[in-house]
Order: sequence, then C-alpha cells, then structure tokens
Amino acid sequence: MSSETTYREAMREAIRTAMQEDERVFLAGEDVGRYGGSYAVSMGLLEEFGPERIVDTPLCESGFTGAGIGAAMNGMRPIIEIMTVNFSLLALDQIMNNAATLQHMSAGQINVPIVIRMATGAGKQLAAQHSHSLEGWYAHIPGLKVLTPATVQDAHDMIGLALADPDPVLIFENALLYNAKGTLDITLKPLPIGKAKVEKEGKDITILAYGINLFKALEAAETLEKEGIDAEVIDLRSLRPLDDETIMASVKKTHRVMIVDEGWKSGSISAEIMARINEQAFYELDAPMGRVCTMEVPIPYARHLEEAALPNPAKIVAMAHKVMEDA
Amino acid sequence: MSLKLNVDRAKDYYHQMLLIRRFEEKCVELYSAEKIRGFLHLYIGEEAVATGVIRTLDEEDAIVATYREHGHALVRGIPADRVMAELYGKAEGISHGRGGSMHLFDVSKRFYGGYAIVGGGLPLAVGMALADRRLNRDRVTVCFFGDGAVAEGEFHEALNLAALWQLPVLFVCENNLYGMGTALKYAESETNIAHKAKSYNITSHQIDGMDVIAVADATEKALKHIHSGKGPVFLECLTYRFRAHSMFDAELYRDKKEVEKWREKGPLVTFRKKLEEAGLWSQIDADTIEKEVEAVIEDAVAFAENGTWEDIADLEKYVYSPEVAS
Repeated sequence: MSSETTYREAMREAIRTAMQEDERVFLAGEDVGRYGGSYAVSMGLLEEFGPERIVDTPLCESGFTGAGIGAAMNGMRPIIEIMTVNFSLLALDQIMNNAATLQHMSAGQINVPIVIRMATGAGKQLAAQHSHSLEGWYAHIPGLKVLTPATVQDAHDMIGLALADPDPVLIFENALLYNAKGTLDITLKPLPIGKAKVEKEGKDITILAYGINLFKALEAAETLEKEGIDAEVIDLRSLRPLDDETIMASVKKTHRVMIVDEGWKSGSISAEIMARINEQAFYELDAPMGRVCTMEVPIPYARHLEEAALPNPAKIVAMAHKVMEDA
Repeated sequence: MSLKLNVDRAKDYYHQMLLIRRFEEKCVELYSAEKIRGFLHLYIGEEAVATGVIRTLDEEDAIVATYREHGHALVRGIPADRVMAELYGKAEGISHGRGGSMHLFDVSKRFYGGYAIVGGGLPLAVGMALADRRLNRDRVTVCFFGDGAVAEGEFHEALNLAALWQLPVLFVCENNLYGMGTALKYAESETNIAHKAKSYNITSHQIDGMDVIAVADATEKALKHIHSGKGPVFLECLTYRFRAHSMFDAELYRDKKEVEKWREKGPLVTFRKKLEEAGLWSQIDADTIEKEVEAVIEDAVAFAENGTWEDIADLEKYVYSPEVAS
C-alpha cells in the first residue's frame, strides 16, 4: 500500500481523511481556502469541504488561534494553520496563556484538543521575520505537545496523531520539506507521539536531529561512513515529550553523541537534550557531547550569509570528527 | 420598567446582588486575615451587570469571564462554598486550588472561566460560538470583559470575527471607567465603547449598568436578536468599582468624592428605589434574604476552613489529559 508522494500531498491527504471521517474537524487560517494555503497544503480542500470547514481568516493570529481554542473547548477538533513560526508569536498569548493552561487551571474540567500547524525554518532567503526555528521555545511549555515531522510518512501520520490527542498539539513543518518526495504507506500503524525513530543504525556515534536536519544528518552519516565512522542517526520526531528512552539507549550503545538543531544554541532544545543525557547517562559518555546549531544571529537575507548561519552536512561531519577524536 | 417584574424575580435579583456584595465583603476580611492570598479583585458596585445578564441566560448558554469573576460564578449557581474553598486554595475548591480567585471554572454550569490576561477571553468566546453553530446547537456564549480590554488587539480581532461570521456571541463590556488606575479618557481616543463596537457592524447599546432591570431587559432583547440569527450583540454597561482594583491598590488615581457619587447610585440602592416605586419592596422580605445570604456565606467559610490541602504528590496532575486506554 505504499506510494511515492510529497510531504505536502501526504499532509493534505491526512487532513482530507480526517475531515471525511470526523465532522468536527475543520481547518482555519490565513489563506487556507481560496488561495489554497500559503504553502499549498490545503489546495483543493475548499472545493471539497466548503467554506464552513475550510475557513479563510483575516490577519489576526491571536483572534483565530483563540477561536480555535474556544471551538476545541466546546466540542470541535480544529486544525489551525499559522503561515509561519514568526507569526505565531502574535498568537503566543492564546497558545501559552490559554491552550497550555486551561487543563490545569480548571483541574481537568477543560481539555483543549486543538492542532496548530505552522511552517518553520530557514533556507528560502526570507530573512529575519520569516525564517526562525522556535519549536524549541514551544517545547519549554508544559501543557503543549510539539511535533516536528521530517519524513513524508510523518507528515501524514502526525496529523492523525495530533487530532486524536485530547490536548493541544503543535506541528512544525520545515518549509523546505513541502516539496520533498518520499514513501507513504497509509496502512502502517503510526509511531505514537513521544517516540523517536532510529533512521540509520550505527555503533560509533549518535546523531540526534529533527525536521529537515534529519536529512542533513543522514547525508553527513554517508560521508562519515566512507571515512570509517559508523553513525547512528535518530529522528527525534517529538520535542515535547522527548523520547529519553530511545536517546539513552543509543548513548549506551555508541557512547558518543551530537545533536543537530536549527534553533539557536542558547537555551535550545539541544541544550535540554544534553542536560538530560548528563543527568541520565553521563558515565556512558566517552567524550564531551557536540552540537551543530544555527549561528546566534537573526537569519540574514543574502544567500551566502543565510547558508553560513545554518547547520549543514559539512558542519555535522566536522563536529562528528571532533566528538570522535575527543577523549 | 419594560421587563415584567414580579415579586419572585425581584427577590431573586436582590438575593443574587446581596450574595455577591456580602461574599466580596467577607473576602476583604479573609484577605486581611491572610486566609486568601494572591490577587483579589472585588466586584462590589458592579453586581447588577452579572446578575442582570446571567439570570436572563438559558442554562445551556456559556459564560467566559475575567479575573473579577466571583460574582459571575455565584450568580451562575456555582456553590459559594466551592468558590470560597478555591480562594483558600483548598482541594475542595472548584479548581482544586489550581486557579484561585482569578480562575474559577465549572463546566457543569457552562462557566468557562476566569481569565487574567485582559482581552484573552474574547477570542475563546468567538470559538465557542463557532462550535455551537457548526454543531447546530442553538446556544449563546456570553463574554464579559472590562473597558481596559478595549485597548487590546484581541478585542478588535474578536469583534471582527464574531461579526464577520455572524456568531451567537453576547459581548458584555463592564465599563467601570478605569483600567486598573488609568481612567478611560487617558486610554481611549473614543470613550463611547458601544460606538467602537458599532463600527464592526455589531448591534450595540450603551446601558445603565447600575440598574439590574435595565441590564436584564437589554440582555433579553440581545438574546432574541442573537437567536434569530442576526449575529452578535454588544452591551456596554456603565458601572463603577466601589473598591480598589485589587488589594494592592492605594487608589491614588481617583477622587473619593467621585466614589461617593457613584455609591449613591449603587446597584442595591437603585434597585430598592425602583422596587419601592413599584410597590414591591415591602413584599420581598429583605431581612430574610439578608439572613439567608449570611448563612450561605458562613457555611462557605466553614467549608473552606475545614477543607484539605491538595496532596503535593498530585502537583503535576492536570497538565495533560489522563491517558486514554487504547
């Protein structure tokens, strides 16, 4: 039952299936209807489901995200699309102060089964207000779940997983992945939220990555292989909850770790992962951990500057060598 | 008096307003005694708004309120003892001590909180109404907020969405003339808030928020309008907060004479006058109501005093929904 498709189409297919199966599901956001979605994820869905279920909203991130939360509190299963992660900051009040807290403040009387999707990441020369990777920030917040689909299979599966979850789930879609092709098997049982996946087994060093950096890590692993280093590459998939079990199992196997994170180093998800490894598997380490993150600048416009700011396979290979050579 | 005011109704309004008044007065005492901590925002002076609106609603209608919401919770029928226990931070509190004064919830009464980010509840009310319409439920969501919220972006976003989508929302602005210590005239270029709402093509009225009958009357008309599918209604209720903004407020920003002037037209005083004019006052037996209210509050305090502290082992409960067995 597997077929070749794109990340975008896999996601659209999952949304379509969810809407066919559950009347309570609707999609709302800026330009999701008549325009077809700023990254064309929802192209054609307006014609199929009509404007009551594919809802074009005005430019009011806080307003429509809050409306999504309210709808979720009152029996619906909304999917809210925010064009890009930087815009989500306009909705941060609703996400942080309402979606993430209501379950707790109400002592379990209210749950918020909302799915909030947004594009993330750099690489399209969109400069400092359209290119950031703030998923690590969101992973700081109790009450939220944070998913980062990298593969076509997860682009599809995570929509269903998020909709089935009783609590708010944020899905971060790297904008460079929408055109990526891959294999989709809709008969596969989805790997649950909170489970990481070993994408390539290896014995010498563990490379942890998520989103588009999974592919950079896999490319780096190929180079490393030619150089005699057998890297294990893990797709984190979910930044909250983190899959400590899979991470620690790999650390115990390879004893060397590096992380690839498109967020900035300071206060990042990579820092959190390092801290957990320190807490849970310190004595398994043969060398200090390494990481490749985005340089600590707002993402610049010029192509060469933007490229220099981001993780890439060459940087990953270099860091892997450093971790291998240390101690 | 366009609303048919009979003795039962008069008794009920008086009882509700007095319950709020006495409950809040007791809260002041308990705050000084350090039984209640955190922020405490009292509704004294504004009782007619919550009473007039909420007693006119159907039990299926939903309420989204602010951090000054003890009154709304009580009038909605959330037991005073559960509210008081919440203010104490006890496990028996309506939010198990997780919310406190600013975050009261009772979904069984369709009371959806208790929001302490000014303006933050408005988009939620829009979404709740959207859900009702999608699910073909003929219900209204009422959203309370103060004049301070009018300066927030979320106010404008929510009004626009509710009007654009013609949703069953009743917006109730409790205009008490001050956003904390800043007078409306120092915060708004247009101080007639109903006018602002009108610019979103929302049916809007400015009403006397000190007169419970005027509020109930306007609410009844608004609900009719909303149920007939004509979209949201906006009520600006002119009212006044007799007490400080919170227990930390020294009230340096307003004149005592101004407060006195408003006290003279307070909701209880105004209502009594109206009942006297209508010849109903002697029939409502105010002394008995006073005693009933007193007993309810005594019981509430005893309940809270005898309450227990939530087990610290349960601290991390209610962050995510309980695991559903697959």
